[in-house]
Amino acid sequence: MLYSEKVMDHFANPRNVGAIEDANAVGEVGNKKCGDIMKIYMKIENDIIKDIKFKTFGCGAAVATSSMATELVKGKTVRDALAVTNKAVVEALEGLPPVKLHCSVLAEEAIRSAIADYYRRQGIDPEPIVGCSCDCNSCHDDG
Amino acid sequence: MIYVDNAATTPLKPEVLEKMTPYLTERFGNPSSIYKSGRDAKVAVNTARAAVAESLGAEEHEIYFTGSGSEADNWAVKGVAHAGKGKHIITSAVEHHAVLHAAGFLERNGYEVTYLPVDGDGLVDPDDLRTAIRGDTALVSVMTANNEIGTVQPIAALAAIARERRVPFHTDAVQAFGQIPVDVGALGVDLLSVSAHKLGGPKGVGALYIRKGTKISPLIHGGAQENGKRASTENVAGIVGFAHASELAMKGMNKNTAILLALRDDYIKKVRESVPYCRLNGHPTKRLPGNANFSFEFIEGESLLLMLDMKGIEASSGSACTSGSLDPSHVLLAIGLPHDIAHGSLRVSLSADNTQEDVDTIVAELRPIVQRLRDMSPLYEGIKK
Repeated sequence: MLYSEKVMDHFANPRNVGAIEDANAVGEVGNKKCGDIMKIYMKIENDIIKDIKFKTFGCGAAVATSSMATELVKGKTVRDALAVTNKAVVEALEGLPPVKLHCSVLAEEAIRSAIADYYRRQGIDPEPIVGCSCDCNSCHDDG
Repeated sequence: MIYVDNAATTPLKPEVLEKMTPYLTERFGNPSSIYKSGRDAKVAVNTARAAVAESLGAEEHEIYFTGSGSEADNWAVKGVAHAGKGKHIITSAVEHHAVLHAAGFLERNGYEVTYLPVDGDGLVDPDDLRTAIRGDTALVSVMTANNEIGTVQPIAALAAIARERRVPFHTDAVQAFGQIPVDVGALGVDLLSVSAHKLGGPKGVGALYIRKGTKISPLIHGGAQENGKRASTENVAGIVGFAHASELAMKGMNKNTAILLALRDDYIKKVRESVPYCRLNGHPTKRLPGNANFSFEFIEGESLLLMLDMKGIEASSGSACTSGSLDPSHVLLAIGLPHDIAHGSLRVSLSADNTQEDVDTIVAELRPIVQRLRDMSPLYEGIKK
């Protein structure tokens, strides 16, 4: 199986790895069974994602998509961040092997999940804005 | 580059290539042809058959060359099932996919399959086989040694149980052959699969041992090659290479086993000392001499492999991500590992060409790589460091 150079670059030198202690938006998606878990921390000020960090348990594609997704939404308004699709993540990575496309979906969901948390902390129902609550266990049951 | 994935494949030994080359060039004849170049090729195939037979303790006419170990497995499972009346197959939960999926194919075509469980070390309990055998059992197939965790099964005991009940017994010895003594008489098996490229031979050639009198239908129909049981023009060069690789493996086994055991045990000891939260998978002693399979908690296997690759170390994993399915290795799940731990495994399979320096380099690189992956793993948050 071949990864693009861009994927390998983001895997070998992932951007924005870590946690944010005073994060005001945290989202975690995926589960142990399918082998990918992504956790996103955000510091959002005036609806702008000032800082973003991630932690990922998963394969090379999972790490690379997490890294790229954080790069794509960093500095963006929450609304613009919500417009970043898994397709955009894949394109920015110059493609993913077909069996790895689910990783990009997970990355998009991780961003949405963190933003949903941001709204929830303010007492705002995230569902009309984010689309779904996105704190589900991705598409699989936990094993 | 440090290559420690010899259970996946091995480099072709130069002396094996040397024996093969004439049959790829001037001695190109078809063994079925009547004229000299054909006869020469036929003699080469028969000589090779005798050599492979000798290394397995078999008779020459009981060895049938195939295109791979997977073909030998498929042939044994489907061919024996088809030739018999029974509609029940027994195999184990930790077989190679070549046996497992062949059994699955039969299951979808009117057969019933019993998958014997294994214990935490990967061993099949002979008593489980005893209870599983029925009047309509057509075949029992249990591997000699596991490709992922290296556990060596009690084949002689299992085969004796099948024999008592007059059920043919097949064993996939692809990983064992060349690593540990494999003698069809001592094991008491009726069918046994082997492959050339696991012991310094070429890819694309294997063999199935079929004990005289065992009923089996062909898998590949066509010409009368292989005593009419397996059609297709013989891969003469491959067969010649296979035979020489087997001879070399038999000759070097004692010496190589000593080298492998020393390297493997040192590797296991050093990994345990230097990497916390790790677990050795497979039986502590009943295992292939070159195999060490560790699970490292909180990390995923493919990421580990990619990072080792960046350091020039080529190894393997039971990770889902390398197979294209989301589920981790069926072997690691069968020995009772939880999903997340099964995802983070690393199989090192050594050859006698590996050195102490290789082992030390792997251990030295492994520790910081595992730490780096743990530091970016959400599962590692809050774990006592």
